[in-house]
Amino acid sequence: MSALEVRDLRKAYGAVEAVAGISFTVEQGEVFGLLGPNGAGKTTTVEILEGYRSRDGGEVTVLGVDPAHGGSALRERIGVVLQTSELPAALTVREVHRMFAGYYERPRDIDEVIGLVGLEEKAGARVKTLSGGQKRRLDLGIALVGDPELIFLDEPTTGFDPAARRGAWELVRSLRALGKTILLTTHYLDEAQQLADRVAVIREGLIVNIGSPADLIGVAPTVEIRYREAGRDVVIETDEPTRVLAGLTGAAVAAGRELESLEVVRPSLEDVYLDLIDGESDEAP
Amino acid sequence: MRLFRHEVRTQQLLFWRNKESAVFVFVFPPLLYLLLGAVYSGRIGGFPAADALLVGLVGYGCANTAFAGLAITLVIRREGGVLKRMRATPLPPATYLAAVLTSTLFIFVLQLLVTMTLGVVLYGASGPRNWLGLGCAVLLGVAAFAGLGFGAAALIRSSEGASAVVNLIVLPMAFLSGSFGPTRGYPAFLQAISDVLPLTYLIRILRVVYLGGGSFWSQPRGIVIVLAWGVVGLLIASRRFGWEPRER
Ligand SMILES: Nc1ncnc2c1ncn2[C@@H]1O[C@H](COP(=O)(O)OP(=O)(O)OP(=O)(O)O)[C@@H](O)[C@H]1O
Ligand SMILES: [Mg+2]
Repeated sequence: MSALEVRDLRKAYGAVEAVAGISFTVEQGEVFGLLGPNGAGKTTTVEILEGYRSRDGGEVTVLGVDPAHGGSALRERIGVVLQTSELPAALTVREVHRMFAGYYERPRDIDEVIGLVGLEEKAGARVKTLSGGQKRRLDLGIALVGDPELIFLDEPTTGFDPAARRGAWELVRSLRALGKTILLTTHYLDEAQQLADRVAVIREGLIVNIGSPADLIGVAPTVEIRYREAGRDVVIETDEPTRVLAGLTGAAVAAGRELESLEVVRPSLEDVYLDLIDGESDEAP
Repeated sequence: MRLFRHEVRTQQLLFWRNKESAVFVFVFPPLLYLLLGAVYSGRIGGFPAADALLVGLVGYGCANTAFAGLAITLVIRREGGVLKRMRATPLPPATYLAAVLTSTLFIFVLQLLVTMTLGVVLYGASGPRNWLGLGCAVLLGVAAFAGLGFGAAALIRSSEGASAVVNLIVLPMAFLSGSFGPTRGYPAFLQAISDVLPLTYLIRILRVVYLGGGSFWSQPRGIVIVLAWGVVGLLIASRRFGWEPRER
């Protein structure tokens, strides 16, 4: 049984089609990324899977059951980091963990979880005194305290400093090593590339591409060769850079010219991503 | 049951840890009793002033704890997204609400004991003449005002406005119902309003059982009116209450 099955999911808010028919499957133990710009429909999709929102159409199963009717039995098995949420400001980090641990049949050890998310030093601090990134780590800890099989992370690292982001990545990898299934959303291609086994790129409620990060970069256009000639920038796009370059440099050497500012550029991850969400992906090879 | 006990404990921790609301909800009514008890003397409505005020402020305390305090807390938790986050846990909503109600009852009973002790020790007020009747009246009051509290929480849209809206209802209601002193001199239209308010009847019932030693069940009309208000609140809540922040 797959951990998540989504078939032709649709959801509109009035005239806004937030999710316009998307399908994907996430296997047990897989880390799956939803990547897309603001307003693409990531949160809407995730919150339907979490059981918060109703859907207008399509089939959805989460751990084999319909999340709209999953009840406590399903919630026992999932962990959730919402895009935004608050926790009781007057409690300490440890008290909030204890509060949430009490809702589950078999919670993890509280101090262990606090350690996992790197809040040992703040265990006795009130929630209201935490920084933004520390609050986010608390959200992550609370999502893990019930020892879930399936974890939803909606932009889990937004607001993290680079070190904390690395820490969170390590945490996701260690959860994956424990066999947990993870659905995460992100704006960052590098995060998706670092963490996800497969990524779905979504734009305006539709999946524009789906595959392993390597596949996604594989659809990238070709290499660019750039140089200056007679005061003008020349850009050649090619998927045979060696041959083109040999021709160019051969001709230049023969003519005793220098190819000014010559460079060979592979499109960066950002370029690939921006291309995908730009609507140009339709024409991509 | 394990979940219920855990949640009642959590609610207690949350209540006492939040100093501002604990002072407003728990300390304010007994404090007001101390002040008014020092100001009034003689008789109010045929009872010694200290006795009448004691019962009046217990009534006000009930509305303040179960209606005002509860509604404000729920709105703040909802708007901040705490309720939404809790919905993702296996805690069933019914268990959560039952725990909130139980915790509220516990706080109010504690407050009642404090007010009573102050009255008896400082102002020579009488103790309850009918303990069982008092217990029934407390249950009735907390249930009805909590019902109204859930209803109000469902209607209020923002945390900022919650405390203003709720106090705009509770304080005038307490005045009109005679929590803070005699209502005999009030003009007829105020008396007319007073005659439909739940707190008026709760205080009447409290006078009968606490001061008169009469039976709780001797006040069927009052019981029905108080309960009816609670049911109205619950109906509003069942139609309008949501766990997620209101879209703004
Ligand atoms: N409750 C709502 N009511 C009305 N419209 C909504 C609601 N929630 C989302 N939308 C709209 O649906 C679309 C998708 O929103 P969603 O929150 O799913 O995007 P997202 O991919 O999570 O974006 P972000 O990266 O900014 O978090 C947006 O156009 C948004 O304005
Ligand atoms: Mg989002």
